[in-house]
Amino acid sequence: MGAYLLRRLGYMLVTLLVIATATFFLMKMLPGTPFNNDRLNDQQLANMNAKYGLDQPVAIQYLKYMSNLVQGDLGDSYKYVGRSVTEVISERIGPSALIGFQALIVGTLVGLALGVTSALRHNSLLDYTSVTLAVLGMSIPSFIFAALLQYYVGLKWGLLPPALWKGYEYTILPTLALSVTVIATVARFIRTEMLDVINQDYVMTAQAKGLNQRKVIIRHVLRNALIPVVTMLGPLAVNIMTGTLVIEKIFSVPGLGEQFSLSVIVNDYSVIMGITLFYSFLFIFMVFIVDILYGLLDPRINLRGGSQKG
Amino acid sequence: MSMNETILSVENLRISFHLQDRVIQAVRGVSFTLNKGETLAIVGESGSGKSVTAKSLMRLLPKQTTRITDGRIHYQNMDITTISPRELESLRGKEISMVFQDPMTSLNPTMKIGQQIMEGIVQHQTLTKAEARQKAIEMLKLVGIPNAEERMEAYPHQFSGGMRQRVVIAIALACRPNILIADEPTTALDVTIQAQILDLMKSVQEQTQMGMILITHDLGVVANMAQRVAVMYTGEIVEIGPTDEIFSNPQHPYTKGLLQSMPRLDADRQEPLVPIPGSPPDVSRLGTGCAFAPRCPYVMKVCHHHAPPRTSLNEQHGTACWLQDQRSLKARETFQMQRS
Amino acid sequence: MSMELERTKNNSQLPQSAAPLFPADSIPEDLFVPEPVDASLQEQTSGPMKSVWQDAWQRLVKNKGAVLSLFMILLITFLALAGPAMSGRTYDEQNLLFSNLPPKVPGLEWLGFDGIDSKGINQYEVRGVTENFWFGTDEFGRDLWTRVWKGTQISLLIASLAALLDLIIGVAYGGISAFYGGRTDTVMQRIIEVLMGIPNLIVIILFILILEPGIFSIVLAMIVTGWVSMARVVRGQILQIKAQEFVMASRALGASNSRLIVKHMLPNAIGPILVTIMFTIPSAIFFEAFLSFIGLGLQPPLASLGMLIQDGYVAMRYFTYKLVFPGIIISVLMISFNLLADGLRDALDPRMKK
Repeated sequence: MGAYLLRRLGYMLVTLLVIATATFFLMKMLPGTPFNNDRLNDQQLANMNAKYGLDQPVAIQYLKYMSNLVQGDLGDSYKYVGRSVTEVISERIGPSALIGFQALIVGTLVGLALGVTSALRHNSLLDYTSVTLAVLGMSIPSFIFAALLQYYVGLKWGLLPPALWKGYEYTILPTLALSVTVIATVARFIRTEMLDVINQDYVMTAQAKGLNQRKVIIRHVLRNALIPVVTMLGPLAVNIMTGTLVIEKIFSVPGLGEQFSLSVIVNDYSVIMGITLFYSFLFIFMVFIVDILYGLLDPRINLRGGSQKG
Repeated sequence: MSMNETILSVENLRISFHLQDRVIQAVRGVSFTLNKGETLAIVGESGSGKSVTAKSLMRLLPKQTTRITDGRIHYQNMDITTISPRELESLRGKEISMVFQDPMTSLNPTMKIGQQIMEGIVQHQTLTKAEARQKAIEMLKLVGIPNAEERMEAYPHQFSGGMRQRVVIAIALACRPNILIADEPTTALDVTIQAQILDLMKSVQEQTQMGMILITHDLGVVANMAQRVAVMYTGEIVEIGPTDEIFSNPQHPYTKGLLQSMPRLDADRQEPLVPIPGSPPDVSRLGTGCAFAPRCPYVMKVCHHHAPPRTSLNEQHGTACWLQDQRSLKARETFQMQRS
Repeated sequence: MSMELERTKNNSQLPQSAAPLFPADSIPEDLFVPEPVDASLQEQTSGPMKSVWQDAWQRLVKNKGAVLSLFMILLITFLALAGPAMSGRTYDEQNLLFSNLPPKVPGLEWLGFDGIDSKGINQYEVRGVTENFWFGTDEFGRDLWTRVWKGTQISLLIASLAALLDLIIGVAYGGISAFYGGRTDTVMQRIIEVLMGIPNLIVIILFILILEPGIFSIVLAMIVTGWVSMARVVRGQILQIKAQEFVMASRALGASNSRLIVKHMLPNAIGPILVTIMFTIPSAIFFEAFLSFIGLGLQPPLASLGMLIQDGYVAMRYFTYKLVFPGIIISVLMISFNLLADGLRDALDPRMKK
């Protein structure tokens, strides 16, 4: 376990370093200075640059930036004077985390149910319907779904609040919009896995023992089909993060995604970079967790070297 | 308890595969019986329907694509082709068990092997968990797995191929079945391991007097293991009889061909190996005649148009070939002359 | 029970005679004469030999979803190329007199193309507009039919460019990595593993920020990490083929590296490569739309599906048609590419078929 963990941890750290470095140098390459404001005179500009440490050599800036990063300091916002990026993120993370988490739970559960029944009723009408829905859910961009939900459920039928963030019912539409892709992805994945496992020889061995259909499915098919679903957590997390960027904008959710779109409009580079880095870290951390989880769940991954299943 | 007590009889079994664009008659009117304590080998090339026949005895064929279109499988008072799922469950693993071809894939990779053995035991017997565990350990010892108690907690990937096949056999034998079906149990194993596994099955059979159906394409294994042999070709049994008779006095040209294409230690060294010309036909496009006719060195006009009836040489030995017909006497003489 | 046993015994040890189609006794004796062995009957192959590609094509054609998808893609591509010229207006021609006109197609009024807006007013009659705008107009009076197809054209262009560049980089990288193997492969794979850990959306956003917004910068941003999956596919395929006996055989016979690559590896790897491209295109279409939606896309007056959707979304409440057309087109495109890619994968690799 130790070596495997260390190896994964090593990868995680290298990836983080690459991202942080790339982010830093990309920021240096940004066109113009962050203080493109005609009202500032040269002296004020110099002061500003000094305040943000932009007058020092790049190498020094890089080291300072990295050491700040390690301490969780993402610098100050160029737009909101006197506020740190970390502060902005921590203020905004709540709503994003809530709808993201809800979408992950709802999406995974519904997706599992759909995918499993679909595989068990292979080639039935139900199977065809759910496969079709899955293709639609995976193909149609989430912002189209979000727009549809907002237009019909929110505006036309008035069943749920179409936007803003004033209570729990306000989380429902964004959650639904976010979970569509998750449902479709999980349903499709688990269906393929189940059908694959059902045709494995060991399932026939289990049947030959005289186990009833239910036991064969639960003990032998489901277990083996569910383990790889863990690997979906990484891509799903990305999917949800991507989704929050547009969905929060559509439903005016005061989360990280909406902050991001806002910062893009006003060129608040430090916040954009901060959120980007934050999302990257989150993703890389998810991948790390998934690797460990998979190692724990699948006995074939011997935790010394991390061999692939086979 | 005589050795000749019939425990399983298959009558005119027909099985078809329903694919998207066609129907394949995989098994076409197969009949045989199995006696207590005996081993019946079913031999044939791949695609001859031997494996399908074996799986159908436990109704293990995929429901969606396969149909048993005709025939019966008698076991005790039941016809296995029609029994309910519940009856089937109490039959599988308890009365009839199966060992599969590839030990690398026939064990659940994420379940401890002890668990996999206990599962069957618990299913068919009312035992406490500790008793079932004890039983599973006994089974592992029986099939020759060292440190049985420790190995209960191991996963399949921690075993070699031969050891996994022993585990598969332990699972199959856990409830002392009356019949063991072994579907090419040694094909995927090294030659040295093959002999060990066959010896193991033989010794268990001697202890328990179970009937065994051994599916194989290896005539060496047949000679070593089976009392009787059924030779299958394109979904039919073309010849069936006692092993020594089939080996010494084969009647069907296909059986002869199989024997001539196999190297034998006891045979005259001068005698060359003769392969059967051609390859088995596509089962989905057979004509009305004998399926072997195109490859048969003794083919007659009739063979292309009429399926040969099944005839018996004696109580035990039967074949389906027009050469057995009285009317073919002259043709047989001609063949003999050509040979000499 | 006793009856059953009786029956079993009666069946004896012998195979039962199946009723022959013809009573055996009535067969005339003159049929029992030796026949010459006809070797042509001995090798029965199922039908004429087909190449892998013909075989795959036949399987693909049987897949109704894939065929319909292929048709939709061709239709949309055709309209994207020809559509902008059909209305006689350019995508950036503004005319405030014609602003916000609902879609109107003579003869298709029953389908909603009647020129009546969300308040039930026939804008064409009220404003005395005699021309017909098939998809309506935007707030600057630009013809949406032209803009939508022009936008589709640009989205498809971006996606194709991204897929093409992914292909070139991916094949080169994956091919070199797999072909030379050893340390080269190890190092190249480590680099890929790190790149895989970076969410591509993040990279895309970063690159868009530093590059001037435009078609090429979007393409560039997408390929920065996009080629990785292609490289992995190519490497996997080539490693697999490399281990196969026919390659070892031709190597043993002295075939050169370049001959091996061109003659054996590329033809065998082309199926999975094609499938990967088919999956890359819809994801590129999606990313373009996504970037435009969060304000990192192309700049007006240029149109893309994403920009039109963004504009349409803003006006959704009163001018639903502005969202409907680009929304439907992007959805149909995404669905079609995904279905076609699925169909291709199944057709090229029947073992994978579910």
